[in-house]
Amino acid sequence: MPETQRMQLVCPAGSLPALKAAVDNGADAVYLGFRDATNARNFPGLNFDEAEIVRAREYAHARGAKVLLALNTYPQPTGWARWTAAVDRAADLELDAVIMADPGLLRYAAKHHPDLRLHLSVQGSATNRHAIAFCHEVFGIRQVVLPRVLSLNQVRAVVESSPVDVEVFGFGSLCIMVEGRCALSSYLTGESPNTCGVCSPAKAVRWEETPAGRQSRLGGVLIDRYREGEAAGYPTLCKGRFEVAGNVFYAMEEPTSLNILDILPALMKIGVAAVKVEGRQRSPAYVGQVTKVMRAAIDACAADPDGYRPSPEWLANLNRHAEGHSHTLGALHRSWQ
Amino acid sequence: MKLSLGPIQYFWPGQTVREFYAEVADWPVEIVYLGEMVCAKRRQLRLQDWLVIADELEEAGKEVILTSLALMEADSELSHLRRICDNGDFKVEANDMAAVRLINGRPFVAGPHLNTYNAATLALWREFGAVRWVMPLELSAATLAQLQAERPAGLQTEVFVYGHMPLSFSARCFTARAHDLPKDRCEFRCLDYPEGMPLKTQDSEDLFVINGIQMQSGHPVNLLAEVPQMRELGVDVLRLSPRAEGTEAIVRAFDAARHGQPVELASFQNEPWCNGYWHGEAGMKVAAR
Repeated sequence: MPETQRMQLVCPAGSLPALKAAVDNGADAVYLGFRDATNARNFPGLNFDEAEIVRAREYAHARGAKVLLALNTYPQPTGWARWTAAVDRAADLELDAVIMADPGLLRYAAKHHPDLRLHLSVQGSATNRHAIAFCHEVFGIRQVVLPRVLSLNQVRAVVESSPVDVEVFGFGSLCIMVEGRCALSSYLTGESPNTCGVCSPAKAVRWEETPAGRQSRLGGVLIDRYREGEAAGYPTLCKGRFEVAGNVFYAMEEPTSLNILDILPALMKIGVAAVKVEGRQRSPAYVGQVTKVMRAAIDACAADPDGYRPSPEWLANLNRHAEGHSHTLGALHRSWQ
Repeated sequence: MKLSLGPIQYFWPGQTVREFYAEVADWPVEIVYLGEMVCAKRRQLRLQDWLVIADELEEAGKEVILTSLALMEADSELSHLRRICDNGDFKVEANDMAAVRLINGRPFVAGPHLNTYNAATLALWREFGAVRWVMPLELSAATLAQLQAERPAGLQTEVFVYGHMPLSFSARCFTARAHDLPKDRCEFRCLDYPEGMPLKTQDSEDLFVINGIQMQSGHPVNLLAEVPQMRELGVDVLRLSPRAEGTEAIVRAFDAARHGQPVELASFQNEPWCNGYWHGEAGMKVAAR
């Protein structure tokens, strides 16, 4: 039962220039985070302090775009007061919604700020209708971001039974694990999305030139080795080449991006309320160009769903920005269940 | 302190599972978690088969808990979950908020995948009927100490102290991928790997273990030496994760440790292992004591 009829385009902003690029190119909503570990893109040089958020809000609201705040890490006892203060600040700043994952923090927000609109973050790991219903009944969430593990049929089933709006990822880095239930990064580095808001953190990355080629390491662990002339990518640990049963290959996932342009009419038809672009760590130029393509695609699809075809120009444009310069539908293409 | 045997994480033939639990009846563990928590396609044993094993273990004096999946997508998985929750006899371990909803206020165990990182979340699970919670794998002793101080009354604490740690779950099956098979035609290859498939780096370091849709730590966590510290922290239950071979020696070593008796050196203690998370470091590390 989606509240909104028109599919919303939700875009990332790691800085004020990125926010402006998203708004100027047609984002319906922009999501951002405080400059600390309270959000899942806690990267050096990114994110907003309070004054910047006020400017971001003024810029976006003046142009009809919403501002959502990601507070989507899992606070531990030492950080609890800082996280609840962040919720309070979000309410004071009159942002349009807060995106959260931690059950205790959601409870706090629901109790102390009943008027604050809550979205369940992808880090909240809600992959089925009962989990979503629980978060709606207990915390009053109004929108849920689905982990990137569901097939199109499963997304349809979730939308049909969901008491709240459903948001899916549309473009950007592809997380292949259930978000919020992955500790691979902390196993290697001590820091994970849940605890610190980072995956495969840059400070744990080391590049080496060896006779065997260029190598990337994370927390001292060899993630990949590149032949001469082979393009080397960021060593996100699930996208490295490893040895299983004597074969060296991308044992978890190739370095590739998620791109849902091919199935946009289907997502619109089943009532997906919002499509999210990943990438608060990306440049303003990236955000602007991806937003522009997604805006054009959503508008074209809404105007003529049957005649909609992704334009080669859009795809070329997106692939230029995609990890590994290629894209995939991820789990969405699966026919099974 | 009680000892628990966590759910079998791997896919073993039904007969192997039955024989395993027939032996468990005589081991010094007080709590046994039964059932499938990794993959819905593993159906060598149906719910009624698990309940037969549960009855036998209860007869042998064990507290039996039925576990549930950490990733549920399909409606068929949810209806199976409902049948587990409505079994009428045994408590359920919830590893997803769907389970908390369907348990509907009855006593339950908040499993390691419910993401309990703070006291507010502990209070929430208690309010919904939790009588025990299992600490997330990546938390440290220092964090646990703080959580113990704020733990609501009536809520026991359980820590995963031995075994390959369940680190992540995915929509894709890595075992099928390693065999170049699509997930929906996996041919149940997990049956060929009673302890999963080792995943190594290109310089031959053990990194992870592939177990279907789950990735585990390449080395088992081993907190045998930390048992006295667990007692000081008021931990109620120590969880041991079943292995294909040698689980009894692991159980007996931890049984001796919790009674303050000398621990005989068993072969598992000579294998590589890790304890980094407990000491506030990367999970794969072996922290100095």
